[in-house]
Amino acid sequence: MRRETTLNAALMAALLAFPLWAYAVDEPFLITLTTRAVVFAIAGVGLNFALGLGGLVSFGHAVFFGIGGYAMGILAFHAQSYTPIIDGWLVIEGTKSMPLIWLVAVIVSAIAALGLGALSLRTSGVYFIMITLAFAQMFYFFAISWPAYGGEDGLSIYVRNGLGGLNTMDPIQFYAICYTWLVVVLFFVYRAARSPFGLALSAARQNEARVQAVGQVPYRLYLVAYVISGAITGLAGALFADLNRFVSPTMFSWQTSGEIMVFVILGGVGRVFGPVAGAVLFILLEHVLGGLSAYWHVYLGAILLGVVLFARGGLFGLIAGREVAHD
Amino acid sequence: MSAVLLIEQALNGLQFGVMLFLMGAGLTLIFGVMGLINLAHGSLYMVGAFAAAAVAGATGSFLLALVASLVAAAIAGVLVEVLVIRRLYDRDHLDQVLATFALILIFSEGTRWAFGSFPLFLDRPEWLAGTVMLPFGIEYSLYRLFIILVGLAVAAGLFWMIAYTRIGIQIRAGENDREMIGALGVNISALYTLVFALGAALAGFAGAMIGAIQSVQVGMGEPVLILAFVVIVIGGIGSIKGALVGALLVGLTDTLGRLLLPQFFELFMEPAAATSVGASLASMAIYILMAGVLLFKPSGLFGSTA
Repeated sequence: MRRETTLNAALMAALLAFPLWAYAVDEPFLITLTTRAVVFAIAGVGLNFALGLGGLVSFGHAVFFGIGGYAMGILAFHAQSYTPIIDGWLVIEGTKSMPLIWLVAVIVSAIAALGLGALSLRTSGVYFIMITLAFAQMFYFFAISWPAYGGEDGLSIYVRNGLGGLNTMDPIQFYAICYTWLVVVLFFVYRAARSPFGLALSAARQNEARVQAVGQVPYRLYLVAYVISGAITGLAGALFADLNRFVSPTMFSWQTSGEIMVFVILGGVGRVFGPVAGAVLFILLEHVLGGLSAYWHVYLGAILLGVVLFARGGLFGLIAGREVAHD
Repeated sequence: MSAVLLIEQALNGLQFGVMLFLMGAGLTLIFGVMGLINLAHGSLYMVGAFAAAAVAGATGSFLLALVASLVAAAIAGVLVEVLVIRRLYDRDHLDQVLATFALILIFSEGTRWAFGSFPLFLDRPEWLAGTVMLPFGIEYSLYRLFIILVGLAVAAGLFWMIAYTRIGIQIRAGENDREMIGALGVNISALYTLVFALGAALAGFAGAMIGAIQSVQVGMGEPVLILAFVVIVIGGIGSIKGALVGALLVGLTDTLGRLLLPQFFELFMEPAAATSVGASLASMAIYILMAGVLLFKPSGLFGSTA
């Protein structure tokens, strides 16, 4: 077995074993902490699809994270206050059902990604970075200034949304939902990267001119990748909102975009499991360094700087070697 | 709505735009000459504001505070360039984004550690307090007028420097062909450090000027940084002229949008709804402007098409 495969397996096994151990010794806080890592990992996997596979440096993925969050917030808010979202000839009610919320989160963030991507992908390189960042800021200010859903204060939801017969307020059961989603998303991304589309996208990243020469349209490939990427991150946003039972404009902030990118980089760009390792490492650092000092972001910054300057390829690059697998 | 209010708001927009130009000019110079995207530019803005607030608090002199902001931001810029940024010129944009994002974290938390979480206040000096009468009976804040004039003077100085001085020639040559001017004997690494320090000083200066209107606090730089990105995306990355036009467009759109959009919606909506819809749209106006420019000119108004 290659070292990367071993690392992937160990990581996923640890993410299964640790919460179970925490459950056994009755430490619900540690379960919730791991849930955060898993949800962040899903967001990172989403970004990695555009960033690692398509080479699209999006500094605005908080848009999709936030849209997912607000999809949950708005639907659940209307359901808990028994007011319809739209009340005209067409009546749309809120819902407390997780599958419906996920569906809405994924669809709305995919539509947003289609619109933003169609605009932003007209440019490339450093323009693309700045434009995605700017559009994310636009959503942030919109969320702050739109008073109907809490404005700056955000929205609180009293009880987590429901899924079948599960008690979603029980940390370990909610963790099981998130972990399952992580596995599903990882499997999807793994398959998609090896599909004809994924190969064409990867080729477009490496050499646009050649891909064009064989009759593919890079713009279209990038756009599809961006939509898939946004949809996955939107799903993570809905889960994150459910985890906290709270959404606020912070989910749209540029710091959130930066953090999602940090998950990807800490783990290793372009590796399917990279964002998982990155998110786990981030939560670990936050927990350990946050305990040491209130100014733990200084250390995080120093570590990040060290990774960028001296350990390119992130954690996976350090442990599993530089070469990204070709199989 | 009176014409006086409109003109007053237009002046506010001009003042905002001039300050955005100081930020955008540095960013666009650094990108044009070194090909570097610098997220930490907002931190340099913050450093300038804090240095000014500290010096003004200690000496009571506003002019000394402005000098301090220039010097402190330039020193911070040189340090950052020599220690970190220099290693990033040959890297791809992703590495630059991350390294400078890391710098933001270090600068922000470092400042919070040194000065605490509470905002500092930088008072305008007495000789700039109060208002001034402009023609047509417009009463306008003297300090804001001072910002506009100083900002325009700095902009003029920058244009003069780039067009007529030896350094300016080297900067323009650097934008065209880095290797070539190195081969012609210009000390490239000194030029890079100088350009970075210049950009940093402009950002720090802007921070100090704005610090006297708003409060000086950690995290004040990043919203301005993102607006400066919008400015140079609209103007075209690498173009100082583009940065000036973009900055004025953004400043005026933002300020006038906040004034006019709610009133526009009041024409056909209830006042309460019009205010909230207008305010929401106004907060998005500059980004919509950016999207509009991108549709027609993907590389900005004055950007090269390459």
